[in-house]
Formats: sequence, structure tokens, C-alpha cells
Amino acid sequence: MKRAFKKLTKRQLGNGASRSRAPRHEQLEKAPTGIQGLDEITFGGLPKGRPTLICGSAGFGKTLMGVEFLVRGAMEYGEPGVLMAFEETEAELAKNVASLGYDLYDLIEKKKLIIDYVHVERSEIEEAGEYDLEGLFIRLGLAIDSIGAKRVVLDTIEAIFSGFPNANILRAELRRLFRWLKTKGVTAVITGERGEGALTRHGLEEYVSDCVILLDHRVNDQMSTRRLRVVKYRGSLHGTNEYPFLIDEEGISVLPVTSLGLDHKISFERVSSGVQRLDAMLGGGYYRGSTILVSGTAGTGKSSMAGHFAEAACRAGERCLYVASEESPDQIMRNMHSIGIDLAGWVKKGLLKFDAERPNIYGLEMHLLRIHKLISQYQPPAVVLDPITNYLAVGDQLEVKSMLIRLIDFLKSKGITAVFTSLTHGGDAMEGTVIGVSSLIDTWLLLRDIESNGERNRGLYVIKSRGMAHSNQIREFLLTSKGAQLLDVYLGAEGVLTGSARVAQEAKETAAAILRQQEIERRQRELDRKRAALDAQIAALRASYEVESQELEMGLAEERLREEKLAADRLDMARIRRADDENGRWKSKNNRKQS
Amino acid sequence: MSNSKVRVEKEYGADVDGADDTYVLRLYIAGTTPRSTRAVMNIKEICEKALASRYDLEVIDIYQQPSLAKDCQIIAAPTLIKELPPPLRKFIGDMSNTEKILLGLDLKPKEHV
Repeated sequence: MKRAFKKLTKRQLGNGASRSRAPRHEQLEKAPTGIQGLDEITFGGLPKGRPTLICGSAGFGKTLMGVEFLVRGAMEYGEPGVLMAFEETEAELAKNVASLGYDLYDLIEKKKLIIDYVHVERSEIEEAGEYDLEGLFIRLGLAIDSIGAKRVVLDTIEAIFSGFPNANILRAELRRLFRWLKTKGVTAVITGERGEGALTRHGLEEYVSDCVILLDHRVNDQMSTRRLRVVKYRGSLHGTNEYPFLIDEEGISVLPVTSLGLDHKISFERVSSGVQRLDAMLGGGYYRGSTILVSGTAGTGKSSMAGHFAEAACRAGERCLYVASEESPDQIMRNMHSIGIDLAGWVKKGLLKFDAERPNIYGLEMHLLRIHKLISQYQPPAVVLDPITNYLAVGDQLEVKSMLIRLIDFLKSKGITAVFTSLTHGGDAMEGTVIGVSSLIDTWLLLRDIESNGERNRGLYVIKSRGMAHSNQIREFLLTSKGAQLLDVYLGAEGVLTGSARVAQEAKETAAAILRQQEIERRQRELDRKRAALDAQIAALRASYEVESQELEMGLAEERLREEKLAADRLDMARIRRADDENGRWKSKNNRKQS
Repeated sequence: MSNSKVRVEKEYGADVDGADDTYVLRLYIAGTTPRSTRAVMNIKEICEKALASRYDLEVIDIYQQPSLAKDCQIIAAPTLIKELPPPLRKFIGDMSNTEKILLGLDLKPKEHV
């Protein structure tokens, strides 16, 4: 067994994901308790065929845990059980657990359960010599055999110490009893009162050494949280931490709260933040399964961002759980309606579920447990926690942080996209959260007031967003009747301009633009005018040129005519004078014509 | 002996003052172990000496009648139950402590102890 255990430990350490797998063959056989969460902590349940000690002070739920172990065994796992009660009668027990919906009489009738009330009264018993507890063995043996019981609960066997004076005999007999239970092959639960400085008042842990579970509770700020710890579990791995547990109308649920390891499946899918420009800033929206923190001072619009996210999830046809710890659902719906987000419609369609509870109703663990249960029941792909800072009312910063770490781990392991809002107080550092969870957050949006010119305006920053390119620019964040809108802010010499300064700047820029436009138009006109003037000039010049050239042409023609006339006259003169030409011929009309 | 009523005839008178109620006693034993035998012998002797004929002793083996163990709230063995006269008393052990039994059965004045 030891070797198997060692081997398993190595394997487990090497691969965290295999932890939740079914036990391997060399591992101890286990009897599932059916109690929510307990089977996870013990990796399958209590050691089968062996006794388990459940110890704790009065009122911690030992009896209930025992009864639930039997009832669930009988109803869910087909293992009949025997309850040997030393403190309460059958009728009392039946009445006590009836509020949890367990009908013990029905199980008794169906031969799935036997309750044997053992009455121990010191004043009636006189010790007169040696004895043993064979009577107890016989009763138990008869009960086990008559219904073929596989499970036995002895609640609280230590009561016999008050009935019988000889502790030595009792110890020897108890040792024998537990050995005998093992040989009977029944899975036994023995409850014991918590003792001073020891697990049980009479040292039962010495005899029942296979598995010891300790129930405890702690009161912090007047709030009590029940806790459970597996002190020891021979031959098996088990969660070693303290786990809070809850007793409600469905019985016990234990919350395995430690981180299951950083091996969540991640997604590249984006989900909308509900604000278009924010999606653009983030390059498409939040990653599915990521955790988003929206922090900011009072009135910066954190809940509105959360409301947008919830609406976007519903719009995409996905369920969303809205855990409100400050406002009532009606108030949230009314307020969201004022910025154009209709949450009431989604509630009606069953896609949105509100869970509103003042944080100081329960302790932190209880809240965590409740959220776990809600998520397990409702299975939402999107969750809103508004705001997380309210949990500081029930725990200090460290506790709230550890609760949130566990919650975030849980949400991530389920691939749930979650938006947390966090209230930052005026005096606090802006880029910090009261709870100090920023390092666990994937996308952190900071909403802040930008104060200038006697105004407060809202600004939105993406402080970080793991694994995605995101805009580094501040945006002005406006809440309008059509929802949140992001606007570019103006950066001037005085810094960021928002609100009326932005409007003024916009007006200034508009005026400047108009001026520029006018200037352009004026220049255009001047150009046109110049071109027209030039054209006119060209036309005039051309006209005068044409007149001139016509005149010149005409003069030229006249000159030519005159020249011809002169030539003709000269010829005539020569003919008349009988002049010869250079060839000595007569210059006749014919000759002239020939030349 | 098992599952049988053992009636012991009166041999000599009781040395108790006045009382003449009949004692109804049941001795539950777990099998015929030496301790059981011892218990039966011891209680018989005490009864004979102290109660003479004023008693009705029944010895019951809870191995034979296990359901009686539950019905009669038997935890230890051997257990002697004084059913009558009231109040109901229980004695556990092999009945070797005669003084204690006599005292518990109101058969011995307290100042004698």
C-alpha cells in the first residue's frame, strides 16, 4: 500500500490534471459519501470497509454528516445502513433531518436503514465486576445482518464513557469493536466530541486511524463559518486544507476551495463587452473565460459596464448570472433601463438571473459556496459580481483576496467569463484595488473622474489586457440614454480635455475648420478670377493681332500688285524701246511670257 | 442454561427487614463464557442468601435472542436488570461485587457499608 501510495504521489505531482481522475486499481477502495464536495476532497469518498472518525464540538454537524452518509448511501449507492445513536432517539433523529428532506421512516420501512437507539444512563448502571460490551456487538451485528448493511454510523459512541465507569474496559472494547467492524466489511463512521487539546475527548483517534475528519467552525466578526478538514487518510491522497461547508435545505455541501492548479483551458474566442468601441479598443472584445475587473470611484459607471456585459451575453443567447451585493435586482434593472439597457426582458426570457444578497448576511466562505452552487445549478457562461469590494464588510483584505482567487480559479476552470466591479475610494491610489486582486485579472478597465474646469467627467482606460493588443488611449466615457459611449478625448497643452472643455475644443476646431474652408474657397475664387482675366487678355491680344495681321496681309497684297504692275509697265516700256535682253534677243511679249 | 428460566427454591430466610416484595430479576449473558457462568453462580448465591424465595430470576442468553438486546437496551454483558420492585436498576459485570449488588438491590442498609 505504501509503495502504491508513493508511486501515486509522484504521478500526481507530475500531472495535476490527473488528480480528479478515478482512483487507480492499487488505490484504496472508497465508499462515496454523496455529500457535495466531500468526495472531491477525499478523492472518492471514505475508505471502504474501514472506520472513519468524524470529530467536532457540539452542533457542528457530525450527526448530520453521519445521517447524510447513510441516507445517500441507501438512496444513491444501494448500500443499506445502520445508525447506532447514543444521544438521540429514532424519533428525534427523524424529526431533525426531516427539514433536509430525508424521510428516515420511509428508509426504515424499505429495509434500507435501521436506527438503534442505545440508551446509556449512568445513574441506572451499577458496576459489579468484570464485563464486556458484547451487548453492543450483538445489537450491531443483528442490525447489520438483518438488512445486509454496508454502512454503519455510531453517533456518538463516546457517550458510553459517561455511562460506564471503567475506562480501561471501554477502551479495550472499542478497539475490539473497530476491529470487528473491519472484519464485518462495513464502512463505518464514528462521531466523537472534540476534546481539549485532542481530537476527541476520549482519544478515539487512537483506535480509528484510517480516516479522521475534523469539523470546526470559526467566528469572524460575528459571522460563523463551518469548516471541515481531513486530518488523516491512510493510504489515500486527500485535500489537506480546511474547507468551508454549508448545511442547507439540501444537506451538507463542502467546498473544495483550493486552486485546482493553473491548468485552465483557454479560449481565443472573444465575447462582446457590450460597448462597441470598447470591443474595438480591445481588438474584438474580452476573451471567453477571462476575468475582467472594472474599477473606479463612486459613480463612474462601473455597474453600467457590468450591465452592458450582461446584456451582451444575453443578446448572444447565453445565460448570465448577476451577483449583486449592493443594489436590489429591481433597482439595477431600473437604473440600467435609464441608459437603455433592458435587463428585465432578459430576466423574463430566463437568460439573466439575479442573485442579490447583502454581504454581511453570511461569511465569505458561505458566499463563495453560494456562488459555486448557483453556478453549478444555473451553468452560466457569463457572471457578473457587482461589486467585489462589498465583501470587505465580512472579511479583511487578505481573506477577500483568497476568496476571490478561489472564485476566479473556479470560474476559469469552468470557462466562465466574469466581470467584477471594484469600488475605489477617492483617496486611494487609482491604479490599485482595495482588495489587491489586480494581478489575477486578465483585463482591467479603469473608470475615473477627470476633473477640470470645475467639472467631473468620466474617462476609461484599459490598464491591462492580457494576450491582446489593446488601445493605449484614454477614452471619454459617456452614459447616454442609448448606453455607454466612448469618445476620443482631446489632448491639449493642459492635458486631457473632457466634458465642456472637449465641447469647447470641438467648437474651436469646427470654427477653425470653417475658416480654413473659407480660405480655400477664397483662394480658389482668386485663382479663377486670375485665370479669367488672363483669358480675357489673351483674347484681346489675339483680336488685335488678327486685326493687325489682316491689315498687314492687305498691305502685302497691295504691294505685290503694285510690284507686278511696275514689272509689267517696265516690260511694256522695254518693248516699246526695243531693248534686248542679255542674250541679245528681242524682248517680245512671247519671250516674256516664256520666262 | 441458555434460554432457560432458572428458578432457585427457597432454602433459608432473608435477613432483610420487613420487605416482602418479590424481586423480578433478569440476567442477560452473552454465551457460556466463564464470565457468564461466574455471573450466574454469583447472582444465584446472592439471591438465595438475601431473598430466599422472594425472587424470580431469569437468565437470558442474548446470542440466542439477539433482538432482546435492543429491546432491553443491553450494552454490556453480563447485565442484571432489576425490573421489580421499582426503581429499575442495572448491574453490569460478573456479579462478583456482592456488597454493591446488595446495596443496589436495597437489600442492605446503607450504614452497613
